[in-house]
Amino acid sequence: MAVLTRARPAAQHRTASRPHRARGYWLFLLPGLVLFTVVVIVPFLMNVGYSFTRWPGVGDPEWIGLENYRRLLKDEVFWSSFRHNAALVIAMAVIPAILGLVLSALMFDLVARHFGGRTVTVLRAAYYLPQLLPIAVAGVVWGWMLHPQFGALNSVLDAVGLGSLGQDWLGDPDFALATVMAVMVWFQLGYPIVIFMAGLERVDPALHEAAAIDGATWLQRFRHITIPQLRPEIFVVLLTCTIAALKVFGPIYVLTRGGPGNATTVPSYFSFQNFFEKASVGYGSAVATTLAVIILVIAALFLRIQDRSS
Amino acid sequence: MNTRILPRHAVLVALATLALVMLLPFALVLLNAFKTPAEYSTNGPLALPEGISLDGLRAFWDRVDFGGKLLNSLLISTAVAVLAVVVSVCNAYALGIGRVRGRTWILAFFLIANTLPQEAMIYPWYTMAKEAGLYDSRLGVIIICAVLQCAFGTYLMSSVLGQFPREIIEAAHLDGAGRWRTLTRVILPMSRSTLTVMFVFFFIWTWNEFLIPLILLISEDNQTVPVALGRLQGERMMDATMSSASALLGILPALVFFVLFQRTLTRGVTVGAIK
Repeated sequence: MAVLTRARPAAQHRTASRPHRARGYWLFLLPGLVLFTVVVIVPFLMNVGYSFTRWPGVGDPEWIGLENYRRLLKDEVFWSSFRHNAALVIAMAVIPAILGLVLSALMFDLVARHFGGRTVTVLRAAYYLPQLLPIAVAGVVWGWMLHPQFGALNSVLDAVGLGSLGQDWLGDPDFALATVMAVMVWFQLGYPIVIFMAGLERVDPALHEAAAIDGATWLQRFRHITIPQLRPEIFVVLLTCTIAALKVFGPIYVLTRGGPGNATTVPSYFSFQNFFEKASVGYGSAVATTLAVIILVIAALFLRIQDRSS
Repeated sequence: MNTRILPRHAVLVALATLALVMLLPFALVLLNAFKTPAEYSTNGPLALPEGISLDGLRAFWDRVDFGGKLLNSLLISTAVAVLAVVVSVCNAYALGIGRVRGRTWILAFFLIANTLPQEAMIYPWYTMAKEAGLYDSRLGVIIICAVLQCAFGTYLMSSVLGQFPREIIEAAHLDGAGRWRTLTRVILPMSRSTLTVMFVFFFIWTWNEFLIPLILLISEDNQTVPVALGRLQGERMMDATMSSASALLGILPALVFFVLFQRTLTRGVTVGAIK
C-alpha cells in the first residue's frame, strides 16, 4: 500500500520522454468517454431538461420554464427535507469523524501498546462490520430491532429496568429522525476508524516521544500532534461522508419511507416519490437537480478550503 | 503505578463495550432467526432459542426465492466488477501512461460526475432503458453500475500507473511490443494488487447497490438481494422471526465477503482515501 500512496516526487524526472507516442493512447480513452457521456452526462442533462417541464411521465412534457423551481422555494416539505439532510450530515460525517478520531487515537496509543495489536484488530473489525452490510439489509436489521410491538430494543430496555424509555422509535414523529440518525452513526463509524488508523501509522513516533518527555498529557498530544497530523484523513472523511449523507436514500426507504408524515424525508427520497409515486416527473427532476447543484457546490467549497489550508 | 494502570484498563473496557454494542444487532439477529413465531412471542427477543427452527428462514427463502436473488446479485456484481475494471484500466492507461493532453481535466470531469446523486439521473435511465429494451434487464443495470464505478477506478488506477517505472515501458517498446501488448503483458501483471482492490470494491459496491436495481429491475425474477429485502421490509408484511431470518440471510453474504476479502478491504479503503 505504501507504494501506492507515496512517491509523488518521482514524477518529475521522466516527463522528458513522452512526445510522439501520446496520440495512439486516445483510443484507449474512447470507450470510457463514450460510455460515460451516454450513461452519466446525457441523463443528467435530460434531468435538467425535465425540470423545466410539467410531465406525468407519459405523453409529451409541457414546458413551464422555472415554475417548478418557484414551487420548490415555497414547498415546506422541500425545505424540511434539507433540514433532515443537515441532520444526517451530522450523523454520518461529523459525529463519526469526531468519535472515530478519539477511538482511533485511543486504540493506537493505548490499546496497541499495552494490550497488543491483535486486540486492536478485533476491535477495529467490530467497529467496521456494519459498513459492509448493504444499507438495505442494515435497514431491515434495525427495522426489526426498533419495531414497537416485537422489537428487540424495547425488550433490552425492559430487561435493564428502563422499560419506561421504550418508544415507537420510528413511528413517533418526535423520535423518528433522531432514531434514523443513531442508526446511521452505527452504520458509518467504522469507515473513519479504518482511515484514521491507517493514517496514524504515518505519524512519526518521535513526535509523541518528544512530547511525552516534555510531560505532555495524552489529551495534549491528541490535540497538538494527532489531529494536525491527521488533517488530510479528516478532510477526506468529512468530504466523502458529507456527500454520502446528502445522497442518502436506501436507509430512508427501508426504515421510514420518509415518514411518519414527512418527519424523515430527504431530498433524494422526495424526488423519488415525485418520480414514481406522484407522477410529477418535472417537479421531481427540479428537486434532484437542486440536490445535485448543492452537492457540487459543497464539494467545491471543501476542495477550496483544503487548497487554502495546505 | 496504580493510577497509571487503572485508566488504561478503563479505556479498554469502554472500547470493548462499544464494540459489543456495535455487534449487538448481529447477535440479536442470530439469536432470533432460528426461533418459531410462537416461541418469539412468549419468550421475547432476548431469550435463548429452545431449539433450532428453520421455519422462519425457510418461509422467507421460499417467499422471495432467495436462491434466485443470490444468483442475480452474484451475476450482476461479477459482471460489473469485470467490466468496470476493464474500462478503468483502459482509461487509466491513456491518462497515467499515455499522459494524453488535458488528462487533469478529464480526470476532474470523471470525479465531478461521480459526485452527482443518482436521483438526478434515475428517471432518464428509466426512460432510456425502456426505449433501448433494457428495462427490467440485468444488462441495463450492469452497464449503468459499471460506468458509475469506473470513475473511481479510473482515478485510482491512473494515479497508480502515473508512478509506473518509465524504463520498463521503454524497454517493452524497444523489444517491439505494441501498446496493447505492453498493457496486457507488462503493466497488468505488475499491477495485480491494485486490480484486486478495484475488483473487490466494485463487486461489493454493486452488491450493496439499492436505488438502481430497485427502479430498473421490476420483476421478481431479476431482483437482487438488497432490493428483495428492502421491498419486503418497506411493505411491513413480515412477522418478527421472518424479519430476523431475512436479516440473517442478508448479513451472511456480507460476512462471507468480509472473511474472504478482509485484507484487500482494509488496504483498499485507505488506498482510495489518501492519494
